[in-house]
Amino acid sequence: MHPLISRAGLAAAALIAFSAPAFAGEANIDAADTAFMIAATALVLLMTLPGLALFYGGMVRRKNVLATMAQSVGATGVVSLLWFALGYSLAFRGDGALIGGFDRIALLGVGVESVSPFAKTIPEILFMAYQMTFAVITCALVGGAVADRMKFSAFLVFCALWLLIVYVPTAHWVWGGGFLARLGLIDFAGGTVVHLNAGVAGLVAALMVGARQGYGRENLAPFNLALAVIGVGLLWVGWFGFNGGSALSVGPRAAFAIVATHLSACTGALTWSAFEWASRRKPSVLGLISGAVAGLGAITPASGFVLPWEAVVIGALAGGVCYWACTALKQRLGYDDSLDVFGVHGVGGALGTLLTGVFATAALSAADGQAGVSGLLEGNPSQLLAQAIGVGVTILWCAVGTWVTLRIVDALVGLRVSADQEREGLDLALHGEAMGL
Amino acid sequence: MKIITAVIKPFKLDDVREALDRIGAHGMTVTEVKGYGRQKGHTEIYRGAEYVVNFVPKARLEVAVPDALAEAAVDAIRTAARTGTIGDGKIFVTPLERVVRIRTGEANDEAL
Repeated sequence: MHPLISRAGLAAAALIAFSAPAFAGEANIDAADTAFMIAATALVLLMTLPGLALFYGGMVRRKNVLATMAQSVGATGVVSLLWFALGYSLAFRGDGALIGGFDRIALLGVGVESVSPFAKTIPEILFMAYQMTFAVITCALVGGAVADRMKFSAFLVFCALWLLIVYVPTAHWVWGGGFLARLGLIDFAGGTVVHLNAGVAGLVAALMVGARQGYGRENLAPFNLALAVIGVGLLWVGWFGFNGGSALSVGPRAAFAIVATHLSACTGALTWSAFEWASRRKPSVLGLISGAVAGLGAITPASGFVLPWEAVVIGALAGGVCYWACTALKQRLGYDDSLDVFGVHGVGGALGTLLTGVFATAALSAADGQAGVSGLLEGNPSQLLAQAIGVGVTILWCAVGTWVTLRIVDALVGLRVSADQEREGLDLALHGEAMGL
Repeated sequence: MKIITAVIKPFKLDDVREALDRIGAHGMTVTEVKGYGRQKGHTEIYRGAEYVVNFVPKARLEVAVPDALAEAAVDAIRTAARTGTIGDGKIFVTPLERVVRIRTGEANDEAL
C-alpha cells in the first residue's frame, strides 16, 4: 500500500478512536436543568430570529429592510454550521490558555452521555447548542453598524472568519478556561465576549466601510419603528434565556439573573428616556427601546453576580452613558455606526463588565462550599482590576482581529456595494426583492 | 365638463364627499399625497439625528362634473374642507374634453 494512504488510514483510525463518545460514570444529568436549558437555548435563538431581524429591519430605510433581515438569517446559518464544525471545540475543549482543542470537531465524540466540564448537569450537546446561539447573535449584531451598505457576500464571509478569529478565542479566554478566566475575570453571560466584541467590531467595520451616502445630509429615517419595538420585545424576553440560562442550571441563581436583567432593562429605558425628554422635549419610543437594550447589554456580565438594587443602578448608568455615546459622542467623532452597535453594545458591555467588578456580591456566586466572588463594594478592589484587564484585552484583540478579518474579506469579495446599488437599495440590488407598497 | 382637483387635509375627506353628494356630484377618485404650500413641515429626531420633513400628508380628490354643476361643486368643496388654519389646501378646475363610461360606452354628460 502507498505509504501516504496507510498514514492517512492510521490518522483516520486515530481520529475515530479518540472521538469515541464518553460513557456513563461522569454524567450526572439533571432533568430540570436540561429542560430549562433547552428552553433557554430556544429563547436566545429567538433573540436573533426574529428579534434582531425585526429590531434592525425596522430601523433601516424601506429599500434595505429585507437585506438587513437577510443578514440575521444568513448569520444564523453560517455561524451555526461553523460552530458545529469547529467553533465549539476550539472554544470549550482542552485546557490551553489561549485556545481550545480539536477533540470535538464536527461534534464527533459527543455522545448521549457526554457532559462538558463547564455544565455538568446537562448533556454536552445542549451546552454546545446554547453556546451556539450566543455566537450567532454576536456575529449578527455587528451587521447593524454597517447597515445599508455592506455586500451580503462580504457579510457572510465576515461572519465565518470573525467567528474563528475573534469570537472563539475570546469565548475560550473568558468561558472556556482560558487566561482571562484564570486571571479572575468574571463575565456571567457575555459583556465582553458578546457585547463588547460586537460593539468594537461594529465600530471598526463602520470606519473601514465608510459612512452611508448622504449621511448627515439626507433623510435616513427608520422604515417602521413598530417593527423595532416588536424586535426589542423579543430581545427583552429572550434575554431571560440569555442571562438566566447562563446559570447553566435551574435554581435561585438563574432567578436572580433574570430579575437583575429585567430591572436593568427597565431603568435603562426610563433613564435614556428621561435624558431625551429633558434635552429634546419629547421622549421617543426609539429612545425607550434603545435605553432598554443598553440596560440589557450592561447587565449581561453582571446578571448572576449582583443584587437587584445593584442591577437598577447598572441599568440607570447604562441608560445615561449609552445615550451620551449615541448622541453627543457619535456626532463629535463623526463615524456612521448606523444602528449604534458600538454606542449601545460596545459601551454598554464595557461599562457593565467594569461595574461587575464594583458590585459583585459573593453570596450570589457561592457554590459547593466555595466562597463567591466579591467586588469593590464588598472590599475586593482587585476584581475591578481583573475586569479592566478583561475589557482592555477584549477591545485590543477584537479591534485588531476585526481589522484583519475585514482586510481579508475585502480582498476576497469586496466590502461595500457600489454607489448605484446603495442608491437603488440593497433589497433590489443584492436580493432582487422589494417590500412593495 | 370640468375636472375639479382638490388637495385638502386628509381628515376633511368625508365632509367633502358628503357635500358633493348633496349637490349631485356622485363619484370621485382619491389619492394620498404629500405636499406643502405655506404650511411648514415638521422635524423628526432619531437618536440625535434630526430630519426636517417639508412635505405634509394631504388627500387629493378628483371629481368630474357637467359645466352647470362646476360652481356649486367648488363651493361645496371649499365650505366642507375649510378649517381656517394654514394648510387647508387648494382647488384646481380644468376643462375636460371627453368622458366615457367603460361598462356601457356612454359618453360625456351621460357618463357623469
